[in-house]
Amino acid sequence: MSISRSTKAILSLLALLAFGFIYVPLIVILVNSFSTNRSLTWPPSGFTTEWWGRAVDSEGVRDALLTSVLVASAATAVALILGILVSLVIARYRFFGRESISLLIVLPISLPGIVTGIALNNVFTSYLGGLTFLTLVVAHATFCIVVVYNNALARLRRLGGNVEEASADLGAGGWTTFRLVTFPLMKSAIVAGGLLAFGLSFDEIIVTTFTAGPGITTLPIWIYQNLFRPNQAPIVNVVAAALILVSIIPIYVAQRFSSDTNKGGGIL
Amino acid sequence: MTTTTATHRGYWYRHPNLRLAGLLSAPMAWLVVVYLGSLAALFITAFWQVDDFTGQLVRTFTLENFQNVFTTPAYLSTVARTVGIALLVTVLCLIIALPLSFFMARVASARWQPLLIAMVLTPLWASYLVKVYAWRAMLQPESGVLAWLIGPLGLDSPGYGFIGIVITLTYLWLPYMILPVYAGFTRLPNSMLDASSDLGAKGWRTFQSVVLPMIFPSVVAGSIFTFSLSLGDYITAQIVGGKLQMLGNVVQQTYVSNLPFAAAVSTIPVVIVLLYLYAVRRSGALENL
Repeated sequence: MSISRSTKAILSLLALLAFGFIYVPLIVILVNSFSTNRSLTWPPSGFTTEWWGRAVDSEGVRDALLTSVLVASAATAVALILGILVSLVIARYRFFGRESISLLIVLPISLPGIVTGIALNNVFTSYLGGLTFLTLVVAHATFCIVVVYNNALARLRRLGGNVEEASADLGAGGWTTFRLVTFPLMKSAIVAGGLLAFGLSFDEIIVTTFTAGPGITTLPIWIYQNLFRPNQAPIVNVVAAALILVSIIPIYVAQRFSSDTNKGGGIL
Repeated sequence: MTTTTATHRGYWYRHPNLRLAGLLSAPMAWLVVVYLGSLAALFITAFWQVDDFTGQLVRTFTLENFQNVFTTPAYLSTVARTVGIALLVTVLCLIIALPLSFFMARVASARWQPLLIAMVLTPLWASYLVKVYAWRAMLQPESGVLAWLIGPLGLDSPGYGFIGIVITLTYLWLPYMILPVYAGFTRLPNSMLDASSDLGAKGWRTFQSVVLPMIFPSVVAGSIFTFSLSLGDYITAQIVGGKLQMLGNVVQQTYVSNLPFAAAVSTIPVVIVLLYLYAVRRSGALENL
């Protein structure tokens, strides 16, 4: 299809506007974190690095960061094991109910977070003795499985079964083949999936609100608690800005590690 | 190598079903017991009641929670408002995503495409809460960024409310629409577009009659995300919604005092999402997720 020059110009302009819409709010947060204004008032009346220093010194922020990292690491570890197991099954076996399993894995992120949140909250508090650190990890792992699964499955599909058959022909059993052939070939996809799972858990707020034990404050929970406190606004700005900068890392690494980026338009 | 391990391996090799069961048992136990079990428990709770005097759960079957939702005008208007917001957000995402994805897939040079995709992906992985917070700064009446931008034109920021929620949710879910639509555009075969123009169709006609029908499944795939994610959201309404409530806010406010009622309300978005998935299953969208 030949696209006329004027159409191209209009499309470029619309694309520019769309990218403006996407990036202006993020830039505003970055700029606000250096603003001397104590509220969200725009434009900033001056610039300072004072808030960044205060945020680094803030015990609340440091504790919340540590909690978030611990939760995300534990949830990612569980999601890695479960996600890899399911991806092996879906990629290498044909059986009754296979389609329902892929649906079941996507369900925790397709249903509204609040539904997942109160469903788990109900079971944990009514039947399993209350919310703890562990319940939070269980909840996070549940919706993190899908990203590991999707990345691992895309890689397994691309690899095909030939190398594994060759390995079996040479006398290797199932576990040896997995350890020496399949796993090394999957490794970069697993790293990408694990990073995305970590990011997903690190950012999550809704399910977290309903499944975190009393006193467990992750970074998003900390932001949420301080969002409406006027005197905390500058620190919240800094934490928000830092999170925007940090979120670039998993994208970058995942893009480098995973050559399966084009999985038919899949998002996860 | 000892014979025992060899027979052991042979045993697993000869019994693929056992191998399958071994691989599947842990993940299925987790997803079915922890997740589906919780959902089922919640769904059953929706048919229970809370005793008005003691505040205790009464575990007898009743439809009262659902009757309460569907006969109270305030709840009905919240349902209508929530569905309206979700539809509006989906349409807005589509209006922004179509030209942008077309530009990325068909106008921009191949060298720039990975960068453009990364530029769409980066905000997707930026913290959800940070993005909502960013729009709080954008929308703040009188002294926000939007007020500053359009103030010279004699306009004021829409402030916190319906428009604020719609803009913020559009912002949040936009990448979920862009990525499948972009992928749909890149999959379009050039030969088909050439055939259309050989048959005399101008650019717009080709777009209407060839391109749009072919990317329809991708559009539906994107809309599943934008629609269902908007339907269940409540944090956005809390931060940029002013006094306006969505279904999620009702659930969040009632789940401590009246879990059965909250459970009944929360089945509404789930049922709407499932109906939507059922309605679009023939479009081929589910393979594009």
